[in-house]
Amino acid sequence: MNPPAIEFLGVNKWFGATHVLREVSLRVAPSERIVICGPSGSGKSTLIRCVNGLEPYQGGTIRIAGRDLTPARIPAVRRDVGMVFQHFNLFAHLTVLENCTLAPIHARGTGRRAAEARAREELARLAIADLAPRYPGQLSGGQQQRVAIARALCLDPGVMLFDEPTSALDPEMVGEVLDTMTALARRGMTMLCVTHEMGFARRVADRVVFMDEGQIVEIAPPGAFFDHPEHPRTRDFLSRLL
Amino acid sequence: MSVVRETLLPPAPPPRRTGGALGWLRQNLFSGPGNTLTTLAILAALALLLPPVVRFLVTDAVWSGASGEACRPEVAGRPVGACWAFIGAKINYLVYGSYPAAERWRPNLFFALVAASAAWMLWLDAPRRGLGALFVFLAGPVLSYGLLSGSSVLGLVPVATSLWGGMLVTLVVSLVGIVAALPLGILLALGRRSDLPILRYACIGFIEFWRGVPLITVLFMANVMLPLFLPGDITVDRLVRPLVGIALFASAYMAEVVRGGLQAIPEGQGRAALALGLTRAQAMRLIVLPQALKVVVPGIVNTLIGLFKDTTLVSIVGIADFIRVLEAARADPRWSAPTIPATAYAFAALFYLAFCFSMARYAGFVERRLAAGERGRS
Repeated sequence: MNPPAIEFLGVNKWFGATHVLREVSLRVAPSERIVICGPSGSGKSTLIRCVNGLEPYQGGTIRIAGRDLTPARIPAVRRDVGMVFQHFNLFAHLTVLENCTLAPIHARGTGRRAAEARAREELARLAIADLAPRYPGQLSGGQQQRVAIARALCLDPGVMLFDEPTSALDPEMVGEVLDTMTALARRGMTMLCVTHEMGFARRVADRVVFMDEGQIVEIAPPGAFFDHPEHPRTRDFLSRLL
Repeated sequence: MSVVRETLLPPAPPPRRTGGALGWLRQNLFSGPGNTLTTLAILAALALLLPPVVRFLVTDAVWSGASGEACRPEVAGRPVGACWAFIGAKINYLVYGSYPAAERWRPNLFFALVAASAAWMLWLDAPRRGLGALFVFLAGPVLSYGLLSGSSVLGLVPVATSLWGGMLVTLVVSLVGIVAALPLGILLALGRRSDLPILRYACIGFIEFWRGVPLITVLFMANVMLPLFLPGDITVDRLVRPLVGIALFASAYMAEVVRGGLQAIPEGQGRAALALGLTRAQAMRLIVLPQALKVVVPGIVNTLIGLFKDTTLVSIVGIADFIRVLEAARADPRWSAPTIPATAYAFAALFYLAFCFSMARYAGFVERRLAAGERGRS
């Protein structure tokens, strides 16, 4: 049997004296889609940043594909775990194509030709092939976020982390990004999404994780989560969301 | 019925600007009492200042003559402005200082090398600029030093640095300053932002020390005190001492400029690069630094212009730079005439102005070009 794609075992983290992650444990099976939600400051983003070593943590263990996340393994994990940010973070001085080929060329040693072919293929799959020669500053927010997704996919990751991918978008652009993510889920990608798009969670997620004050309060399949939330905090959060 | 418009309006062309040249004048120069006054005041100032300057530099100037006699009003029989004949007679001295006449092809070759590598570096679409940079920053200084000071290995007559002078020295000092200050400044700026406290504080201390000391003090220290600290049998060349001082001094300023650029780049850029599996060094080199340097092109050029002009201070510690040879030349009794000092300084001003203005223009061009790159080139 395959080991879990990601496993958090009693993870603790402090920012200074603030205890931001408290005994977090979660198992993510391969191809599973997890949506993490919760009030701001509840540690959602911090949690998924721990997965690829962007945030250090002080207690507990994280395992990626059954292997402990040690400092030495971080580079390898980063090449296998794609990440999409709230503010896109496209490299402003590079074209879309260069954004997509940078990591394959420099982190992985792929030849330029092969990397470009792969990038064009990925851009075409996300229906943004025509953006290849443009600079990020020339694109709409939705287009930038789709490019950011393509950029992460060019490394053929086994897991994708989404850190509030639609929070910085104008409402009319949220749809195109969510559609892209839905398509990705259909391809069997293991996904960990921090998002408040409850429609997306209902459609795509296998399980919804609710976090509050640095801990996981409730985990449930979307149907149960939205229709019969059990914890009072979850109920409170959902009632304020609608 | 809540629909206001059944069909959407097509875009209409903007209204035509009216009035032609006169309208432009009215709109841009005389658009109100305040603006009209400003325009008139500036025009009056120009009318007051420009004619005397033109008269001195061009109309009344003496363009030829064998000695200071030609530039005396009583001999010329008219008011005399700039005595360009003096500059003409001294030009070799002003360019090479006391560099032996027979060996002047070497500075000339050096000038040509500088011009060629500058063109290679500054022409943005030039082929193989990476190789060019390597040449300029590593091979260039060594080659130039060998060429100018000579050595028996190369079959060139040695020329002591005490004989170098004029624009040659000014150029050498500025180039060494520029070539050293930029990379050193970048390293210092990175060090100042390092996670390693000891490295960070070392860089802060270094930067604050050099920024806190006047350049003139640095030069005196380099000249007078450095030999005291070195073991007796080690002598550092007279020209090299202030060169090192200037390079370190400029690098401290450069470091602060570059740090400003680094701070202007959102943290997310570096984070995204790390998340894609790039190492920290790669993220810095490929993502953060290129953007940071682009932001501070005006600051970098500002620092380089300041550095270029500050090199005149080496004349105080006895280096025969352009200003010092100019001073020496105008003391020549054969060329004593009332306007000789003014001519000398006007020439110096034009010389520095030409270089600094070109640097500023080039920086402007690079800025526009980089901005355009993000807007539209494919």
